[in-house]
Amino acid sequence: MIALAGLITHSSTAAPGDAVNLYSYRQPFLMKPLLDAFTKETRVKVNMVYLKKGMLERLKAEGANSPADLVLTADIGNIQNLVAAGLLQSSSSSKINRNVPAQFRHPQGLWYGLTTRARIIFAHKDRVKPGEVTTYEDLAKPHMKGRICTRSGKHVYNVSLLAWMIAAKGEAAGEAWARGLKANLARKPQGNDRAQVKAVFQGECDVAVGNTYYMGKMMTNKKNPEQKNWAAAVNLIFPNQKDRGTHVNISGAGITKSAKNKAGAIRLIEFLTGDAAQKIYAEDNFEYPIKVGAKLHPIVAGWGKFKADETFLFKIAEHRITATRIMDKVRFNN
Amino acid sequence: MNEFMTTEAATTGIPPPRAAGAKRNVWSWLNVWSLGTVLIAAAMTVPILAVLIIGLTPGDDIWSHLASTVLPGYISTTLGLMIGVGVGTLVIGVGTAWLVSTCRFSGRRLFEWALLLPMAMPAYVIAYVYTDILEYAGPVQEVLRDIFGWTLKRDYWFPEIRSLGGAASMMTLVLYPYVYLLSRAAFMEQSVCVLEASRILGRGPWRSFCTVALPLARPAIVIGVSLVLMETLNDFGTVDFFAVGTFTLGIYDVWLNMNNVAGAAQLAGVMLFFVVFLMLAERFARRKQRFHTTTAKLKALPGYQLKGAPKRFATVACALPVLFGFLLPAMVLGGYAVTNFDAAANAEVLRHAGNSVLLSSVVALLALGIGVFMAYGVRLRKEKIVTFVVRFASLGYAVPGSVLAIGVLVSLGGLDNGIDGFMRRNFGLSTGLVFSGTIAAVTFGYLVRFLALSFGSVEASLSKITPNMDGAAASLGHGPFSTLKRIHLPLIRGSALTAVIMVFVECMKELPMTVILRPFNFHTLATYVHQFASDEQLGEASLAALAIVGFGILPVIVLSFAITKSRPGHSTEEPTS
Repeated sequence: MIALAGLITHSSTAAPGDAVNLYSYRQPFLMKPLLDAFTKETRVKVNMVYLKKGMLERLKAEGANSPADLVLTADIGNIQNLVAAGLLQSSSSSKINRNVPAQFRHPQGLWYGLTTRARIIFAHKDRVKPGEVTTYEDLAKPHMKGRICTRSGKHVYNVSLLAWMIAAKGEAAGEAWARGLKANLARKPQGNDRAQVKAVFQGECDVAVGNTYYMGKMMTNKKNPEQKNWAAAVNLIFPNQKDRGTHVNISGAGITKSAKNKAGAIRLIEFLTGDAAQKIYAEDNFEYPIKVGAKLHPIVAGWGKFKADETFLFKIAEHRITATRIMDKVRFNN
Repeated sequence: MNEFMTTEAATTGIPPPRAAGAKRNVWSWLNVWSLGTVLIAAAMTVPILAVLIIGLTPGDDIWSHLASTVLPGYISTTLGLMIGVGVGTLVIGVGTAWLVSTCRFSGRRLFEWALLLPMAMPAYVIAYVYTDILEYAGPVQEVLRDIFGWTLKRDYWFPEIRSLGGAASMMTLVLYPYVYLLSRAAFMEQSVCVLEASRILGRGPWRSFCTVALPLARPAIVIGVSLVLMETLNDFGTVDFFAVGTFTLGIYDVWLNMNNVAGAAQLAGVMLFFVVFLMLAERFARRKQRFHTTTAKLKALPGYQLKGAPKRFATVACALPVLFGFLLPAMVLGGYAVTNFDAAANAEVLRHAGNSVLLSSVVALLALGIGVFMAYGVRLRKEKIVTFVVRFASLGYAVPGSVLAIGVLVSLGGLDNGIDGFMRRNFGLSTGLVFSGTIAAVTFGYLVRFLALSFGSVEASLSKITPNMDGAAASLGHGPFSTLKRIHLPLIRGSALTAVIMVFVECMKELPMTVILRPFNFHTLATYVHQFASDEQLGEASLAALAIVGFGILPVIVLSFAITKSRPGHSTEEPTS
């Protein structure tokens, strides 16, 4: 019991005055270098809970007394759910608005994008002929039968991709696309994005769908050098360059309604969208910086410039539930 | 204590008559026990009730959509998984327990405790390890391709690890120790007299096992298998990783992807009623049976000396579960830990290990205390209301961890904000959140979830003590507390230890509740492993994963020796035959 009391005092370092308290969908090992840099620059401590599930329910249950000042998410969908539940508050900072282009932040400042990532196609260098796949629509065409690998249709990244399809072409077309893609899968959806490229390398399929930063992580993986071979087996295809552009998503941040340290939270967003932090995001995690003019990692820069779709992200998020239901309807994960 | 142990009384199953002189004393104690039992149990039921209440809040109707699309698949997959894991753990658990308890063969002494080792291995970790080995890109298929010159997947067939069968195998491998543990304890507690009687009456060892030992061990086996089934039912990590669409995966999907927590709670409620139905059916099936041991003549179990083929079979049968459930995955993890040593070894892991061990120990002891209190409270007065509340309280184990965590969040948040509001109104000061987001919340969550483990094993053990003991104690002027301390606790100490260690090991592995309920900057080994494993980078957390297993193993081994010793009259020497 005494030991437990010790544990309680040890761990309840929450909110000593000016610290910023963070609930995060993003892993601590990813955020640590960024938060350390923030603390070093501002002397403001950041406390963090990594909450991949249940963040919305926890904020709701804690109510006005919640210690959280700021939330971090890895997708537009998560943050839009928090907005819909009335858990975030608006804020404004000319510094943030200068850093973040308008389509990557909420009109009233309920959330801000921190980085962007494109969801692209990885195609085997030999087994996929040039021009065979140039659009997301191609993935659903008969010539790709049995050649595609992807992660679960219910993963936020794939749900957002389908929601984007619905936003662009309507529900019926979205469903037809999902059905066509499902029919072309080489195996049941499984694993993460990286595992799909591995499957292409091993010959299980010819084409995979995944986020850009995984490519950078595989190409430079010192701990698991075999991943360099996986990456070397594929070409990157940024789809739909001739029409609406490639689907991009964001990782983002929003200030909670209950924030006790709103000023600190704004300061942290300013920092995360500023030059120093954007550099860490780009260099450590191979993400596309949100800040206009921020430097890309040389590897990422080597993939070349691409045309990103400019649909406002919250418009895409509106179709997420429909997208989830379509995934059920076409039995995508069966 | 010995005079009670040698008391031989006829079993009647009738509650003991109360001695007139002790009546008043007994009644005053009874009130405390009943009231205390109901209060504690009620506190434990709040989060479960909260989940059911969330299910009643109006929201989008999900049922018509689910029923016309994925629900039939969820149901058939879940039933398939339960049957697979249920049968698998039953055969392996009971079979090996019987072999090591009653037969003599090479390696038996080793297997007695080694068979428990897979218990310390989290299912999601073993699933990850086996996927690495057996998937298309893994070493096994690579070697096969090299040997036979296949190049592409379509060139040959190989069982898919990420499948229903794969998930059932993974869970069977790490969950059978529950059945093994409880059935072995039951076999050890059986009087050898009944088995000898059976043999004298002309039944062979096989028929004696089937018609005498097995039915006598039924309550313990049933508890073991139902724990396994509940664990199977609410598993998320493994089925998510294997993309096996179970009911629980559906609950998470409705909750997180459709952003419909009410719908998720409704699904969880349906699953809960299914569990209750199964439990009631089993109770009904053995409603007329009593399992008290009426003789305490417990000499050492005979130990049939196996020879020839049966002997080799016994050794292999006991070795395989240990090999595949523990040795192989532990070696693979060890390999990862060596190659990733720089990334995996750091002071943080040590601190997280400290958190895990401390938290798990405290919860294990609390769970035992509450489990004993409640089980004894039920035994003292078979009041319907007491029994009902207690049964309901031990349902936490049947609710998926994250869903139960929402129940805890809502209950503690309500309590905290209620206190805060009251203090603001009456005293003008804010108390903020007292319990939410603290270690106390995590502790409470663990207790709600794992109470079934301690309560179940204590209750099963108490059920084997004839009520005549209570009667005898009462007639000698001992109240319930004194009787518990002097008679029951010494008799159930084996099961009590089992309970403590099961809860400890489960807490070490616990993930979904910890993630949602924990305070700022707080990690356990499991949450630390999870942040890497969820990104399929287990290598970097391999040392922490091994630590979960390592810290789990020690008490498991202690437990095994304690069970061997717990049998009165059981000698650790091999009998000469």
